[in-house]
Amino acid sequence: MSKPTDLTIAAARAALARREISAVELTRACLDAIARLNPRLNAFITITAESALRQAEESDRRIAQGMARPLEGIPLGIKDLFCTAGVRTTAASRILGNFTPPYESTVTAHLLRDGAVFLGKLNLDEFAMGSSNATSAFGPVENPWSRANDPETRLVPGGSSGGSAAAVAARLVLGATATDTGGSIRQPAAFCGVAGIKPSYGRCSRFGIVAFASSLDQAGPIARDVRDCAILLRSMAGFDPRDSTSADLPVPDFEAAVERGVAGLRIGIPREYRMEGMPAEIEALWQQGIAWLREAGAEIVDVSLPHTKYALPTYYIVAPAEASSNLARYDGVRFGAREEGEDLRDLYERTRAAGFGAEVRRRILIGTYVLSAGYYDAYYLKAQQVRALIRRDFEQAWERCDALLTPATPTAAFALGEKTEDPVAMYLNDVFTVPANLAGLPGMAVPAGLDAQGLPLALQVIGRPFDEETVFAVAGVLERAADFRATPRLIA
Amino acid sequence: MSYTIQGATGPWEVVVGLEVHAQVISRSKLFSGAATAFGAEPNSQVSFIDAGFPGMLPVINRECVAQAVRTGLGLKAQINLWSRFDRKNYFYADLPQGYQISQYAHPIVGRGSVEIELSDGSRKTIGIARLHLEQDAGKSLHDQHPTKSFIDLNRSGVALMEIVSEPDMRSPEEAGAYLAKLRQILRYLGTCDGNMDEGSMRADVNVSVRRPGEGFRTRCEVKNVNSVKFVMQAVEAEARRQIEVWESGGEVEQETRLFDVARGITRSMRSKEDAHDYRYFPDPDLPPLVLDPAWVEELKASLPELPDERRARYIAMGLSAYDAHVLTLERETAAYFEEVAQGRDPKLAANWVTGELFAALNRMKRDITDPPVSARHLGELLDLIADETISGKIAKDVFEIMLETGEAPRAIVESRGLKQVKDSSAIEAAAAQVLAAHADKVAEYRAGKEKLFGFFVGQVMKAMQGKGNPALVNEVLRKLLG
Amino acid sequence: MSVDAATVKRIATLARIRIEDAALPRMVEELNGILAWVEMLREVDTQGVEPMAGGAPTGQPSLRMREDEVTDGGIAEAILANAPDREGPYFAVPKVVE
Repeated sequence: MSKPTDLTIAAARAALARREISAVELTRACLDAIARLNPRLNAFITITAESALRQAEESDRRIAQGMARPLEGIPLGIKDLFCTAGVRTTAASRILGNFTPPYESTVTAHLLRDGAVFLGKLNLDEFAMGSSNATSAFGPVENPWSRANDPETRLVPGGSSGGSAAAVAARLVLGATATDTGGSIRQPAAFCGVAGIKPSYGRCSRFGIVAFASSLDQAGPIARDVRDCAILLRSMAGFDPRDSTSADLPVPDFEAAVERGVAGLRIGIPREYRMEGMPAEIEALWQQGIAWLREAGAEIVDVSLPHTKYALPTYYIVAPAEASSNLARYDGVRFGAREEGEDLRDLYERTRAAGFGAEVRRRILIGTYVLSAGYYDAYYLKAQQVRALIRRDFEQAWERCDALLTPATPTAAFALGEKTEDPVAMYLNDVFTVPANLAGLPGMAVPAGLDAQGLPLALQVIGRPFDEETVFAVAGVLERAADFRATPRLIA
Repeated sequence: MSYTIQGATGPWEVVVGLEVHAQVISRSKLFSGAATAFGAEPNSQVSFIDAGFPGMLPVINRECVAQAVRTGLGLKAQINLWSRFDRKNYFYADLPQGYQISQYAHPIVGRGSVEIELSDGSRKTIGIARLHLEQDAGKSLHDQHPTKSFIDLNRSGVALMEIVSEPDMRSPEEAGAYLAKLRQILRYLGTCDGNMDEGSMRADVNVSVRRPGEGFRTRCEVKNVNSVKFVMQAVEAEARRQIEVWESGGEVEQETRLFDVARGITRSMRSKEDAHDYRYFPDPDLPPLVLDPAWVEELKASLPELPDERRARYIAMGLSAYDAHVLTLERETAAYFEEVAQGRDPKLAANWVTGELFAALNRMKRDITDPPVSARHLGELLDLIADETISGKIAKDVFEIMLETGEAPRAIVESRGLKQVKDSSAIEAAAAQVLAAHADKVAEYRAGKEKLFGFFVGQVMKAMQGKGNPALVNEVLRKLLG
Repeated sequence: MSVDAATVKRIATLARIRIEDAALPRMVEELNGILAWVEMLREVDTQGVEPMAGGAPTGQPSLRMREDEVTDGGIAEAILANAPDREGPYFAVPKVVE
């Protein structure tokens, strides 16, 4: 048998069921890998070794009694944006201080219900705002991959779910929860050579997830492969009456869809995603993906999403506006860090200046500005109208195709410290991922190849509203065709 | 005669509009399952949602929506089947989320109206501009500690209805009458308890003044006035202040003011420099509120009788306009009256409730919800009058005994032997005795001094401890005096 | 549209984020960079387009209503447990003068 940390969730599930490995052994293997590699990767903010082992022991008991639950004994990492009862939750911000929620997010509660073991809380960009994991108050996460010709330059894992993607890629965890507001699952998954899906808006409950931009935030899994994502999403998803935007729909058997194939499906290729200055390697990968799907029996159709280029500026109005309001509750009064001041207002201003990092402050200011008197119509209302047009573009595309294939990111992982001077240059990372958030659609990143420097590149599949099954089917075909086996330099 | 205030340079008209915040009667809060009861231990009726904890999300309470719809129907207003919640962003210690969820752009209730009655008997219709649902904030206590304010979030998230009138009122009396009428309607509907002392209802009063015939001038908002009397005082005080400003060549500035109850003046609030940029935007946590028209119809069908309709019905039953008015002021009074009047003479019932009962409540400082005599007992007393078991006069004595002892009237009449004597032989005997004892007066009467008849009646009644049937006493005396 | 230092200061006050004068020029520049970029939206014709509020992919669902039951509260200690400052059963803040 291979090393326990090499197991996918599906393989671990089978090995646990056959008693080839115990949940405690599996958890210990992960904890050992974390102890060895996390000091370098900084993927974890909090490691919950003791409770993980207790959970694993319980899993072993249940397996012994033949009462295993769907994720019994599977060790996972939890993005530190999910509130976890009794475990410090930071959103990678100083402002939350030692905040320890007495409640569990719905998504993590579902995973616990299904028997998963939680290894700890994973690093991220502060309040999930970033594309490099560099804005974390707990320091940047390192991408376990490095350039073949330049192994010393440390690369970013992408963001905001950088800790989740890095931990999965380095095999510190079998899978991880993540969230995606503008690409925060798909971009880091692409940068780290792992799979990640952002489901349709409303598929996973947002209850208990620290809010960034409420109309865009969605939870989803990052895992080693497409099947593992399907297994995790089935557990994480589901209607929650505590979230008024949660979709009251049954959760399909996503895992079954992975093998479904694409014969007879129409795959749309949006011509506006062919961006000027896009690296040839990305274009080549995209063409390769098209060829794979065609070979697997899909019909390839050319589609147009005319408002694509407006998606990013739209996003950078809507998301900061919502964030400026969502983050008003961090005021040093009821929880989190406080900076004393001469009066209440001074306390607020000092607490929030000291507690929020530069990127979060910048977005709060932008968001406050675009909502302020005299600017609302020109910015916020306008952005909401363009957002409606972007959604309409997709609706029209669905008349011609069943799923869309695009690149996941415009580049491979970049170096830590690159693109930090100009915020807009950093924002461009999300150019391919943001439209799905604006339209509320499911989108998945699948590792599909390596660039010339040996860094992973990924394709993105976008699906119809609540049609994650087709997304999994297409992603499954791409994955099997790509047969992506490369591993990062830093690995358990 | 329209109301004006005489300034140094001539008469001024007063223009008033009210924004009333009414706490919705519901068990739990607008967006959380925490309780709403008044007077609980600090922070004991708070959920993580109400305290604005990370990751918490609002879920709306159906009953609060129903209450808003009922209120809208009671105000004869447009019910908007599509409405939406916005966020009103500002920082304050007792506003945990950093925003208030409120229906700014798309309220659940649109235009309606309220009819008020003034002391000269005239009636006037006051327009309702809108009613919307919103969250209440918590409470700050500033006097518990030398350097700190304390925050209690029990009220945070309780549902409020903000009811905005048109600027249709033209005098302090109209403003007071409007608030009183609105309170009455809400209490009838059971959508707000109207307890102004507990803050269940409070008014922001918009006041401006103008020369008769002129367009509107700048208005000021007097915040958080919590009684009908104070609203009337605040209108007058603020109007007088504005007149003085205008007449001294100044300019009234639009601002928020407070009414200083002790000094009877309004004063400027320590201005929040940027309080005016609330950055409203649709709350992305809450899809639009779309009402099923059939549900609205159901709510309409189950609406209780409103004060205006009830008063009209009482007048049709033969009550005076005045009695109909006072009996319908409070829903509880009307309910008491209806129980007394059930199957009896409504006018007699009204007389007793507005007369003896109200006097007793006043004297004993009690409320109609805690009456010293139950409606059932009072009704029984009226039955004893109707079937001539006792006279109206004896009934008053019985009522006094009921007040003291709480006993049922029939039992009092029995045990104290207060039953009317209708036996003519007993009356004849008593009358004969009286006439014998007053032979001189009988002679005078027979000589033509007929007004002595009343004296004889009084003497007979006295001899019979008031229990003689008055008609019979009269009849017997006339016969004996022949 | 672009912002000047005074506007940024006003916005920072609205957002209750203290900003030192020395940091203002940099912030003005960054915000203007972002604003100039989003300016691109002006070229989109949005005449008569119903704005999309909320993130639902298939039109706007209607708000779900819960029943009026007391299901929460009675957890004052848990509510106060994370407070940076408290006095007995209250959160405490520097005295507010109204």
